[in-house]
Amino acid sequence: MSLFEVLRFAVRGIGANKLRSGLTMLGILIGVAAVILLVAVGNGSAQQVADRIEALGTKTLTVQGTGGGQVLTPAVAQALHDPVLAPDVTSVSPVVSTQATLTYQGTDHAVQQFVGSYPSYFGASNSPVGTGAAFTDDDVAQGRRVVVIGKTVADELFPGTAAVGKELTVSGALFTVVGVLDEKSSASGFMDANDLAIAPLTAVQQTLTGYGAYNSIVVEAASSAKVADAQSQVSLILSQRVQVPAGSTSQPYRIQNASQLLETQTETADTFTTLLGAVAGISLLVGGIGITNIMLVTVTERTREIGIRKALGAPRRVILTQFLAEATMLSLLGGGLGVAAALIGSRFTIVGVRPVIVPSSIALALCVSVAIGLFFGSVPANRAARLRPIDALRYE
Amino acid sequence: MTVLDIRAVTKVYGEGAATVHALRGVSLDVEPGEYVAIMGSSGSGKSTLMNILGCLDIPTAGRYLLDGVDVSRLNDRQLALVRNRRIGFVFQSFNLIPRTTAVANVELPLAYAGVKAAERRRRALVALDMVGLADRAGHEPNQLSGGQQQRVAVARALVTEPALVLADEPTGNLDSRSTEDILRIFDDLHAAGRTIVLITHETDVAARASRLIRLFDGQIASDVQQDRILA
Repeated sequence: MSLFEVLRFAVRGIGANKLRSGLTMLGILIGVAAVILLVAVGNGSAQQVADRIEALGTKTLTVQGTGGGQVLTPAVAQALHDPVLAPDVTSVSPVVSTQATLTYQGTDHAVQQFVGSYPSYFGASNSPVGTGAAFTDDDVAQGRRVVVIGKTVADELFPGTAAVGKELTVSGALFTVVGVLDEKSSASGFMDANDLAIAPLTAVQQTLTGYGAYNSIVVEAASSAKVADAQSQVSLILSQRVQVPAGSTSQPYRIQNASQLLETQTETADTFTTLLGAVAGISLLVGGIGITNIMLVTVTERTREIGIRKALGAPRRVILTQFLAEATMLSLLGGGLGVAAALIGSRFTIVGVRPVIVPSSIALALCVSVAIGLFFGSVPANRAARLRPIDALRYE
Repeated sequence: MTVLDIRAVTKVYGEGAATVHALRGVSLDVEPGEYVAIMGSSGSGKSTLMNILGCLDIPTAGRYLLDGVDVSRLNDRQLALVRNRRIGFVFQSFNLIPRTTAVANVELPLAYAGVKAAERRRRALVALDMVGLADRAGHEPNQLSGGQQQRVAVARALVTEPALVLADEPTGNLDSRSTEDILRIFDDLHAAGRTIVLITHETDVAARASRLIRLFDGQIASDVQQDRILA
């Protein structure tokens, strides 16, 4: 009996019980789709995190004062700007930041970060100005009250109108909007990266924070590759300039580096992906048990049919091939539909994450489900085909 | 040449205290063209004998020659071939493949014999016509009456033109009219020279055979040639 004939028998066998075949395929479909989609969601969120950190700028260092000490003084900031001791540092931007309420014609908006810094901050913090212009060094020197606002702030205070040129009030002081920042993806996911305002350092100190120490100093390295060099140079200068306070063992400042941040975040995201993968693996297992169950039932139920076929002179090999072909078709069809479902599903945003398909997860899910289908389709069929026809016929 | 030749066949089921001697040494020859009815009470071993004759089961001891071939020495594949080519089996409970049309059921043995699809269809339809069911070829078993199902099963047993037609209480599940239909087909087969072995416990069915064998307790109690009573 030719293989083609056996395949035709298999197709007829599948068609003879559409509901059961459909349910088997559905089980495989769900298992496969769940694995691929969950892994894609994990992968997507990992990529999202990486993208956000990338957006922060990968060639900057942030020096932050810790422990409430007045460490980051103008003298320290000046010292970092040293072409001899710190040749890889291209810009130093001291930062003061505070929360403030902006008012424009009776509309209030509490901005999360009201930043005072130098014009170099825009480049260092990877915040390009979209409309209007950034303030200048001259503005900083003169302490002019101009401000560049983030997209969220512009949308809140000036809905539908141009923000540039408008005057808003910050804690009683008038600031003129000179620019609006480009929209930026939110770095941490908890804070809106577009909810900020940047003004000249001197103006912010005058009106809001006073002339204390800086909150942080953003240091820009010559390139991403030079970040590590710049970091060691900065840390050398700081260790000379800043005294470790008595009774403390750690330095009163911390140097953060975007690529370090990227690393930790990527690790977190990897853990997340592993977790989702585990959940997906469990669903594949459950799906697999479903397949196993239905295959066992199918073959057991058809033991009598196998007996009839044997009584009519079907050799064991032909019966086995037929059942194996049926199981293969069901598994492949179900698996293929599962892949299709996952591919369609990955086009939608799931819980705020755009899934990114991992090709190996498709192969894995497909292989596992097909293997389960084949194994549990063929083992009981083999057992039944080995029975003497009379035992198979009498099987209840 | 004898179609069937069994010598001192025994069949033992189970082990130890649960041992059942279903056949205790049965010897039997069947010549071509004979119409043999086997009768016996329940537990006399007639079904066991039939299963052994049909190569569905193997004897514990003894020799079985079918068409001169010792089937006890055949492997699984050769046995499948024998079942396919030499034997047509009709079961009490029809044993059609569910959700499969009558003609596909009849084609099945031919498919396993490797007959091409077109030829298979033609021969299956001829066999169905022979049992008077040509117009029901496209029906599935659950759309057919018991008698019609059994006629499909008979067509399936005949389609390979086997040396031996075995029928295990073929009328056991049928009403009198369907029984008559089936028996008439067997009469026609006998008239056409086919060898038939049939199990029954109905005397009027047995009466139509040319030879009557009674089994008792796993042994042949009587074996007589008889004049066929034609209804």
